[in-house]
Amino acid sequence: MRAAIGVTGQFSAIDELLTGRENLRLMADLAHLDRTGRPPARSDRENGRSPWSRRAAGWTGARAAVTAMPERFDLVGVAGRPARTYSGGEKRRLDLAMTLIARPRLVFLDEPTTGLDPRSRRELWTIVREQVAVGVTVLLTTQYLEEADHLADRIGVLDGGRLVAEGTAAQLKRRVPGGHVSVRFTDAHALAAAAVAHPEASRDAETLTLRMPGEGGIAGLRRLLDGLDDESVADLTVSSADLDDVFLALTGRGAAAAAAPIAQEISA
Amino acid sequence: MNTTDTVRDSLTMLRRNLLHIRRYPSLTVMLIAQPIVFLLLFVYVFGGTLGAGLPGHRGGGDRGDYLVFIIPGILIMTVASVALGTAISTATDMTTGIIARFRTMDIARASVLTGHVLGAVIRTSLAVVIVTAFAFLLGFRSGAGPLDWLGAIGLLILIGFSLTWLTVGLGLAADSVESASNTPLFLVLLPFVSSAFVPTGAMPAGLRQFAEHQPFTPMIDTLRALVTGAAAGSDLWLAIGWCALIALLGCLWSRRLFLRVPAR
Repeated sequence: MRAAIGVTGQFSAIDELLTGRENLRLMADLAHLDRTGRPPARSDRENGRSPWSRRAAGWTGARAAVTAMPERFDLVGVAGRPARTYSGGEKRRLDLAMTLIARPRLVFLDEPTTGLDPRSRRELWTIVREQVAVGVTVLLTTQYLEEADHLADRIGVLDGGRLVAEGTAAQLKRRVPGGHVSVRFTDAHALAAAAVAHPEASRDAETLTLRMPGEGGIAGLRRLLDGLDDESVADLTVSSADLDDVFLALTGRGAAAAAAPIAQEISA
Repeated sequence: MNTTDTVRDSLTMLRRNLLHIRRYPSLTVMLIAQPIVFLLLFVYVFGGTLGAGLPGHRGGGDRGDYLVFIIPGILIMTVASVALGTAISTATDMTTGIIARFRTMDIARASVLTGHVLGAVIRTSLAVVIVTAFAFLLGFRSGAGPLDWLGAIGLLILIGFSLTWLTVGLGLAADSVESASNTPLFLVLLPFVSSAFVPTGAMPAGLRQFAEHQPFTPMIDTLRALVTGAAAGSDLWLAIGWCALIALLGCLWSRRLFLRVPAR
């Protein structure tokens, strides 16, 4: 069981005193990679094929895997430096490379993009997609709903530790038909007045914006507009549902619940 | 998990620990410097006076005689000092994320510990050779032959091995790296209440009984016999017995601490 899974947590599970290459070598050796850089087949163990003969073959396989990983993960320039000198993004990529070098069939990624800059995040998305393309099942948790929308085949929404919804992004979005309507007001007074009329809306005092769940259809929108004063509205947008709406609707606690994580699943 | 896989994973972990020793040499230097400082202190500050009180020398011994007398105690301190370092490196290791990763992997789990112990054995050998060379530099000479020295080094490595299993446990049990560097200090202090620095005959009754029966005394007496080329006698078996007992208990304790479900 343990041989088939790979885990990358929120905190870098790397050896900071070792270089990137040495970290990868450590994982390759512990995974007992064979000549082709694959983990040993289960039947090898069970029919008693000598681990020592596997070992001699493993040196070439492990070396090839250790050479290939820094190229795939954009770590070639830093692979010879101690990992403690790495930037946050480099640490995260090394961490993931160490998980994937063992070729797990099921990968758990616990908020792998938290704290990454947009470019590193996109690079990580590419890596996750590559894994899925070769048949790996990835279970990824994230706070970024946009990320779940981009990556996941199936999404589970967790609220307070309980699974409150599960399905594809499209299925989840259908549960909140109207999307939302954002209204930006000209002054705080008008914002406050509208917020009283729409207690279900979430309010952003900084940008003077009120975000209201849409009811879908022209009639609902007209009713909403009738309640607004022409003079006090600076800007208005109508959006179709995104996962933020789904999350807010499902957890039912408005903006205050935004801190609960979303689990997403990409099955091969 | 078969035996060959266990050995293989342990050797991989050993390589990791040797790389740590190479990347962080100041810890090793400090651990080896400590017994050397004690050696200089005892020979040059106290040696003249203490040497005069040694039995078996007509009209008392001198500084040179005292140097020969305390070498076994200093070597034991060297081994204990390296073992203390292992408590620190084990505790430091437990604070890092990579241990959590090891726990999720399909490896021989105790190999994390055996890697530390094997690394400590190599560090112990290195430290013993350096401290012995230093003693020769200060004028230590004896009638011991190569076989005696081989026996002495073998015994020191065995002592190091058993003390290390104990300090690995202390490192795992410590709630912080700071406390891991304090709790094993008793190992460095315990040789003072033994036959290491003065003959136990000079101590008051209660203390003398403790000193004569604590584990370090048969170890030190055996080492003294070996490095001076004398016969070791029954102390050798007592010393080996103590080592085996400490190693066994330390090993069982450390394994239990390491394999328990992490609190987090």
